[in-house]
Amino acid sequence: MQHTALADQTLELHDPHSFVTKYIWSQDHKVIAIQYGLTAVFVGLVALVLSALMRLQLGFPDTFDFITPGAYLQFVTMHGMIMVIYLLTALLLGGFGNYLIPLMVGARDMVFPYMNMLSYWMYLLSVIILLASFFVPGGPTGAGWTLYPPQAILQGTPGYDWGIILMLVSLAVFIIAFTMGGLNYVTTVLQARTRGMTLMRMPLTIWGIFTATVLGLLAFPALLVSAIMMLLDKTIGTSFFMPALVSLGENLDYTGGSPVLFQHLFWFFGHPEVYIVALPAFGMVSDVLACHARKNIFGYRMMVWAIVAIGGLSFVVWAHHMYVSGMHPAFGFFFATTTLIIAVPTAIKVYNWVLTLWQGNIHLRVPMLFAIGFIFTFIHGGLTGLFLGNVTIDLPLSDTYFVVAHFHMVMGVSPIMVLFAAIYHWYPLITGRMLNDALGKAHFWLTFLGTYAIYLPMHYLGFLGVPRRYFAMGSTDFIPESALSLNASITVSALIVGASQLIFLFNVFWSLRHGEKAPHNPWGATSLEWQTPDVPPKHGNWGPELPTVYRWAYDFSVPGAERDFIAQNEPPDAAHPTSGELGGAS
Amino acid sequence: MKLVIALVVLVVGSLLFHLWSPWWFTPLASNWHTVDTTVDITLYITGAVFVIVNLFMAWAVYRYRHRPEQRARYEPENKRLETWLTVITAVGVAAMLAPGLVVWADFTQVPEDAAPVEVVGEQWQWSYRFPGEDGVLGEVAARHVGPDNPFGMNPADPAGADDILVSSNELHLPIDRPVKLLLRSKDVLHNFAVPQFRVKMDLVPGSVSFVWFTPTRSGRFDVLCMELCGIAHYAMRGQVIVDSQADFDAWLAQQTTWADISSQPAGDPSAGQQLYATCSACHGPEGQGNAAMNSPALAGLEPWYIQRQLRYYQQGIRGTHDDDEYGKQMAAMAATVATDTALRDLSAYIASLPAANSDATVEGDPARGAAHYNTCGACHGVRAQGNYALQAPRLAGQQDWYLKRQLAHFRHGIRGAHSDDNYGHQMVLMARSLQNEQSINDLLAYVNTL
Amino acid sequence: MSLFSTLREKPWEPQPALAGHPTPADPLATPRTALRFIMAIVGVLFFLFIITFLSRSQYPDFQALAGQPWQPFSDTSRLWFNTALLAASSLAMHIAVLVAQREHLNRAVLGISLAVFFAIGFLLAQLDLWQRLMAAGYYINSNPANSYFYLLTAVHGLHLLGGMVVLANLLFRVWYDDSLATLSGPLSLCAQYWHFLLAVWLLLFALLASSPDTINTLAALCGF
Repeated sequence: MQHTALADQTLELHDPHSFVTKYIWSQDHKVIAIQYGLTAVFVGLVALVLSALMRLQLGFPDTFDFITPGAYLQFVTMHGMIMVIYLLTALLLGGFGNYLIPLMVGARDMVFPYMNMLSYWMYLLSVIILLASFFVPGGPTGAGWTLYPPQAILQGTPGYDWGIILMLVSLAVFIIAFTMGGLNYVTTVLQARTRGMTLMRMPLTIWGIFTATVLGLLAFPALLVSAIMMLLDKTIGTSFFMPALVSLGENLDYTGGSPVLFQHLFWFFGHPEVYIVALPAFGMVSDVLACHARKNIFGYRMMVWAIVAIGGLSFVVWAHHMYVSGMHPAFGFFFATTTLIIAVPTAIKVYNWVLTLWQGNIHLRVPMLFAIGFIFTFIHGGLTGLFLGNVTIDLPLSDTYFVVAHFHMVMGVSPIMVLFAAIYHWYPLITGRMLNDALGKAHFWLTFLGTYAIYLPMHYLGFLGVPRRYFAMGSTDFIPESALSLNASITVSALIVGASQLIFLFNVFWSLRHGEKAPHNPWGATSLEWQTPDVPPKHGNWGPELPTVYRWAYDFSVPGAERDFIAQNEPPDAAHPTSGELGGAS
Repeated sequence: MKLVIALVVLVVGSLLFHLWSPWWFTPLASNWHTVDTTVDITLYITGAVFVIVNLFMAWAVYRYRHRPEQRARYEPENKRLETWLTVITAVGVAAMLAPGLVVWADFTQVPEDAAPVEVVGEQWQWSYRFPGEDGVLGEVAARHVGPDNPFGMNPADPAGADDILVSSNELHLPIDRPVKLLLRSKDVLHNFAVPQFRVKMDLVPGSVSFVWFTPTRSGRFDVLCMELCGIAHYAMRGQVIVDSQADFDAWLAQQTTWADISSQPAGDPSAGQQLYATCSACHGPEGQGNAAMNSPALAGLEPWYIQRQLRYYQQGIRGTHDDDEYGKQMAAMAATVATDTALRDLSAYIASLPAANSDATVEGDPARGAAHYNTCGACHGVRAQGNYALQAPRLAGQQDWYLKRQLAHFRHGIRGAHSDDNYGHQMVLMARSLQNEQSINDLLAYVNTL
Repeated sequence: MSLFSTLREKPWEPQPALAGHPTPADPLATPRTALRFIMAIVGVLFFLFIITFLSRSQYPDFQALAGQPWQPFSDTSRLWFNTALLAASSLAMHIAVLVAQREHLNRAVLGISLAVFFAIGFLLAQLDLWQRLMAAGYYINSNPANSYFYLLTAVHGLHLLGGMVVLANLLFRVWYDDSLATLSGPLSLCAQYWHFLLAVWLLLFALLASSPDTINTLAALCGF
């Protein structure tokens, strides 16, 4: 509250002098974004390895002695939690949000740079606490990423002692980190836009990140509340969520608590969390599609309304995760209806992406490949959501592989396709180098086809009724041998996809040194981040004067214009076909 | 161009996969064909959308690929088109939602003639309770639960006396009669799911949830727990056997009521001592076991475990497999303990023998074995002392060669594979997680230290 | 509604003037926006706690802390005393803002000091209340109503502490820059936060000292 606004005349930026202040204790949003990004990718790789171990067990049961039933559950839990919170949320908002918001709205930095720095260090602390749980007695928690009590804190679940405590503490720290970052993002978008940048002139990326951040700020408290209460249940024996029960033959002192209450709180956070991940991805993919199709995003206003509507509706659909949780069945009518209503704005977004391609001038460069791959996987994942959202169909399908396949399609593969699209798209801006094209294409094909080979068959195991979170199927009458071989083939695909990410990592680090030098604005993009005087942008982003915005971010292929794009900060005067001192792409 | 081909191939391939996939819903065995109809409606609508939108996209990518001198069309929005698409989508969504809500209404309305049956879940087994002649289930509470009262029946509630308690993972139900399952958990969340019945519901400790259906096909169906409930979640299996009314009635008549169980006398160790004379020839006078005779230690084993194993031998559930040489010997011996009283007395005497440590015969690294034992300890206890609530016998003090052989038997289905072996199937699954000889030796070396 | 008209704008149409969002002339606009978000977030946090409280109150083992003569909050005098401390703190903050606006630095500092004094007094009095409850055998884990009392007062107290940290930071900057101009604006935001926490406390007070009947009615209204 004590900070003053960053007006361009009273430039009061924290100016870095030494290596340490420049790259470690940095308050520059771009450095913080890269710190967030690298940490998230690192912890995401840990989760990727965990998923490979998990798949090895499922594909080839009775083979690996070191994967015990308990260890398997620990892999499942840590994989899920890391991917959802510590990778996707952190990378999309902490990484891309941090990097793009000030650049895209024409600000010099976030409005509270010091708090922004603290946000990263708190996030790193939460990651360290989380990873520390691998080294405590009993190991990390194996309660599933949903951490449902009572089993999360009772004997019989791996990591019921130290593991779960560290997990809950780590989540609380993460939430504090997110709140500090999130306050920055929303306030920067609302208060630090440059001259001429009206709300409706903002690129959809900013709309997506902004709405997702508002969702996060209002939804994470629910997770905090449930984490605090469960921590008290675990450590000092309160009974918020713990009913009277007999654990492994022993009567415990808990009385009368409600496990379903935890589930309500968890999903009141958990469902908006899906959109906290999805909305930034929706926004970024819109901009990538428009830029590489050289066409304005189709139905910009509809896209903004859909983002806002999805954000609002996401708070009234949470109990569709709980149709078979034993809550009062009457809730099913309400939540099935709201859930299927949310499909309408989501479908509109899909139509508008496809219609952006229609009558476009499509350059199939690597970011565009990933963006189109995203549309395909998102259509698939979105449509299977209509099964699970419909309360009746959830009866046979909930807690089966169908659910696993659905949510991996919709909030695993799809946002990750966008993340890759975004990295290939913005890498030249961030580093000043181009990523290698051939490696990028190989990475795309292996990832795109490989993930589909993983998840399409998995839906069918779900139809069959194969339950999720099973260490091994053993012999079950209704599960034929062929289903087990299918599981093995899924594992092979998963290992290939996992290994192909090494191509990507290699490309990112190799191109840093050896990549082709990026021209200014290589894709011919209109939005502000490509119009900085320096590439990569220097501290303060804009040189002596902030840009002025004259138009929306989608003036591609405007009839009569000389070039097929007009940058947002290009003055409307037709006598200046190029944007003057900023210099245009050749 | 490659991308266009890939998109078309993926769409066509998905359709072919769907048509040719042998993996689909199990044949229905309940009245919930309406659930399948709802799935079909959604499948057709979403399938059509999947094909149309993706093929349109593939066409657009092909038709509007970049060519020199081509320019994209500048069209910020098209209200008519967007309105139409919104309306069509809304209609499609309504067409999927409406049948869903209708069927859900059926699901929430339990028919009045549905017979109540209680399903009790606990880590990691199922048991069942029928209301008995008065049609009323007696009161239960967690605080009453103990070794003599696994269901937690309130001894003061007269309505509970005639309740029929089925301490087995196997539930029988009559065909074509609607049944309302009242779901209750003793410890953590579980989920009662039979894929062939299509419906499932969580068991929540502290409250009672329900699910109803009418079995329409006789046969034996797997019950799976579908809510993560800890380390042996995947081994929490049960069976539902749908019988004709007559077979069902006969089965129900064989089950014991709460009144029967609570009035059972305790075993008499001194009477058991005489019976034990036969056993001592092989198992030793102190029940210490004898490697030369291939007989395990009995001292310290819990009465319920001894009783269950002897019954299994008598009923041919254990000791009938061709490869179970010593089991077959034991089956012959077990036949001599004929009556329930004899079983109770004998097991009471065996339990009174002081447990002693056996000599180690396997060599392994106890430190590494301790890591493997984490899994075992969940049921058998951290000190391998056994746990009635999990039907897990004592392991501490047992002969290690015997444990090793039993692990092998479980792994190869020589023991525990019989459909009436309610708890052995868990050990089959568990034993399979340990394949390597050295790991097993390490594990046993650790058990020897307990 | 300006939001709706904003969302209906057609950004691709040439806009007559440079209808831009000028760089905020008001230096308080940014922190005020952040404060509104903070209050919304804290509001959601307490709202969720209260919802779970009402839901949990409908289970048979829940025993409210008031309603029967032997229960601790049937006599609310200590709670009123604590409330008076917090209200005094809020009032002192308010006065400090008023005098700071009239540029009386010393009086403003006096006002802030009083506000901090009363706020610390409030926290100590809350701690004292905890001690008394525990001495009377009302431990945190003996009943959910007790658990909620300790939990909610602790979370509220932490937010007050957080406010004091920000206030200390502000005073430090004023002292460092030695300019009164930077004081009154941010101080008024601090005061808003103080009033907000007072309102939250009054709500918690009303809820925690309610009789079972009131709690049941509220829970019924929420559908539990």
